[in-house]
Amino acid sequence: MNTKSAVSLPVSGPLLTRGGWSSFIVALLVVCALAPALNLLVPETSPFHLSGYMVGLLGKIMCYAIAALAIDLIWGYTGILSLGHGLFFALGGYMMGMYLMRQIGLDGNYKSELPDFMVFLDWKELPWHWALSDSFIATLFLIVLVPGGVAFVFGYFAFRSRIKGVYFSIITQALTFAALLLFFRNETGFGGNNGFTDFKRILDLPIATPGMRMALFVITGLTLLGFFLWARWLVNSKFGRVLQAIRDAESRVMFCGYNPLPYKLTIWTISAVMCGVAGALYVPQVGIINPSEMSPAASIEMAIWAAVGGRATLIGPIIGAFIVNGAKSWLTVAFPEVWLYFLGGLFIVVTLFLPQGVVGLVKKLRGKGTQP
Amino acid sequence: MRLFSPSWWSAYLCALWLLTSSVAHALTAEQALTLARGDSDERIATINAIAAKPDERGAALLSALGEGRVRVQGEQVLVMINDVASDALTGTALTLGDSAEEVIVNNRIRSALATALAGIELVGGTPERQRAAALTLQRTSFDEPDADQLPVIERALAADLVADARQNLELAQSAVLLASEDAAQRLAAAQKLGEARKAIVRPLLLQRMESESDADVKSALKSALADLDRSLTISSALGQAFTGISLGSILLLAALGLAITYGLMGVINMAHGELIMIGAYATWLVQSFFREALPGLFDWYLLAALPVAFLASAAVGALMERSVIRYLYGRPLETLLATWGISLLLMQMVRSLFGAQNVGVENPVWMSGSVVLMGNLTLPWNRIFIIVFAALVLGGVALLIARTRLGLFVRGVTQNRPIAACMGVNTARIDTYAFALGSGVAGLAGCALSQIGNVGPDLGQNYIVDSFMVVVLGGVGQLAGTVYAALGLGLLNKFIEGQAGAVLAKIAVLVFIIVFIQKRPQGIFALKGREA
Repeated sequence: MNTKSAVSLPVSGPLLTRGGWSSFIVALLVVCALAPALNLLVPETSPFHLSGYMVGLLGKIMCYAIAALAIDLIWGYTGILSLGHGLFFALGGYMMGMYLMRQIGLDGNYKSELPDFMVFLDWKELPWHWALSDSFIATLFLIVLVPGGVAFVFGYFAFRSRIKGVYFSIITQALTFAALLLFFRNETGFGGNNGFTDFKRILDLPIATPGMRMALFVITGLTLLGFFLWARWLVNSKFGRVLQAIRDAESRVMFCGYNPLPYKLTIWTISAVMCGVAGALYVPQVGIINPSEMSPAASIEMAIWAAVGGRATLIGPIIGAFIVNGAKSWLTVAFPEVWLYFLGGLFIVVTLFLPQGVVGLVKKLRGKGTQP
Repeated sequence: MRLFSPSWWSAYLCALWLLTSSVAHALTAEQALTLARGDSDERIATINAIAAKPDERGAALLSALGEGRVRVQGEQVLVMINDVASDALTGTALTLGDSAEEVIVNNRIRSALATALAGIELVGGTPERQRAAALTLQRTSFDEPDADQLPVIERALAADLVADARQNLELAQSAVLLASEDAAQRLAAAQKLGEARKAIVRPLLLQRMESESDADVKSALKSALADLDRSLTISSALGQAFTGISLGSILLLAALGLAITYGLMGVINMAHGELIMIGAYATWLVQSFFREALPGLFDWYLLAALPVAFLASAAVGALMERSVIRYLYGRPLETLLATWGISLLLMQMVRSLFGAQNVGVENPVWMSGSVVLMGNLTLPWNRIFIIVFAALVLGGVALLIARTRLGLFVRGVTQNRPIAACMGVNTARIDTYAFALGSGVAGLAGCALSQIGNVGPDLGQNYIVDSFMVVVLGGVGQLAGTVYAALGLGLLNKFIEGQAGAVLAKIAVLVFIIVFIQKRPQGIFALKGREA
């Protein structure tokens, strides 16, 4: 061991390998060109036609994949398991939902300027927190600021008092549970347990057309790819290395003179914002947002997407989200009884036998295959 | 008019018989006719007159009137019993003519009838009937006090009554007397009502207060009202404390098992709620078995259900520990996810076996009903039993941990696993036992919870967040913290609920815990120094 290597910083690797870049470009082409062409240009009778149902499903799963990526940054790379990311997902969704509710305009059941549920509750004017819901630009800002702000405040207090590990998980679960109860109330002004639905337009364009569905699909795909690159850059940077050091030995990082608080807080807030953006993209594609997205069960499911794919790899959570949700949409229709057995079994199998997830399994098999 | 038709003959005979037989038979043809044909005031007066000196026929006629079984044809009043008409005065069977009309009663008369019948039943009835009848009388005399009710009440008071029926009846009497012409009677009534300390008295006193002219009576009313309000405040505060302690005991039961598995062993068991649910289902199965096989002993099925619920949950817990959790010791986040998976499996399994609907668990007779304290503080028996039960389970677990060999081993393994192993403790086996014990306590909690709420596959989900909050707030590693946290959260929750409603209370409590944990991450009771 020579003295030089002991002090030299590790050379930060390229953002993606050559193979990585080519896969990335293929994915980009699939999302931006192939999927729209198969959906809009290929006639419906052709076996290559991508149905509207599939576009909706894939778009939805890509939103989940963004959420899984967000979970991976905080759990896989920083070692903090959040059981409350459903809250940030739902907050982003609610911000978008408020805008979409206002876009309904006078076309609601009651033909009123106000959203239907407010007319139903006999409210005469918009509550204060709806003030910015008219503007799309403001909504875009809110989608980032609200989940980010909530996460920042909560994270600041939690990390400052050095809440870690399971405690943190349980507290985040309590947080999303409290929010769930709050949003269930009609007085909160978010439509109670029905939430928001029945959207008609986005940016004054009708929302339920094949073209709009495809546009949302492409935007979601681009967001996912963009976030993937960003996450890649983050974890490869010095910042990302400190995060991984915190995950592996937090005390040692502190003794080295780092204060973990700003690192944890930053990645926690970034993760929450990613999740909020995922929620905001999810709502116009699925057409509904209600408090059930904040239930503790929904948040814990997000964690299993990341675990199934493989933590501490960025591609893993995306693969995991596709595997689990693909299986979900197939099983809940074909064998509704089996789905919960499958999901429950998945939790157990992955934690007991696949700690590295599917990506780890593939790596292991490849390694074995090449050695002999 | 057909003066000599057979029915008239019988009426004459009856009148003749009435004259010659004993005077106790007060029901006269005239009264019967008034009841059937008179205007409301006359009818009510007659009802009260009959009830003041009731005989068998009179009582039968009144109850028939209440149930719409009285017909009138010509001058003859008939009572229908199972579609057979009989004369109201003599009870002899008669044929029902085409001209017979049903006697209709309006609400006013119906309530007068209820009072009168209650008055009649009071004398010589069984204690339960006396209590029920006294309550009916009390209700009508409070709703619309009327001097006509006095003879009925006084007649009943003169008879042999059980104590609480008499008490209620005296209140009814005072309620009527409060409107009396005689100032002295009003004064006595006001004092009597004031002593009763019951919420129902209040509107009556307030109403009298407005129209009262006599100074003495007025001051008596005032002090009666003041006394009443004071006692109402106290009893509502006590009631709140009781529901708070009751909720606390439920939280304690739900969290006690977790205090063992998480607090002592450090295992995050997200399937804890499902272990509670399994205990509740075990109780339901035992109940169904008793209903089918041993209906005579049905009231005691809970005693059999307790060990069954304990063993069922303990067995599932032991299986979980052996098959999954022991591979994950030292990896709490993985344990959390794996046990969440187990909870999904258990829920779906119960759904497949017993259906997604809630199942009905019936309280045994000795747990239903309630005890009334201080006039208006009602404490349901099942809540009281659960408080006692929680205390017993707590005592049992504390003794087990502190005084038995198993408890010693559990504490030893918790404090220093390698040294315990060096001393010859089979630590893996102790882990299984301790986990099974915690699971079994969850089963006991399920057995208790089945007595106060719905039993369904989702039962456990309602308790998992709460019970983790209790354990986290109480501090890890000992039972005392769990107890204080459970009772404190219960009381706090119910106190805020009184001010702001149930949902806001729940949110406030969760926020409180989040803030509290920031200040004291180790919970209320942290182990200090080397013990920790």
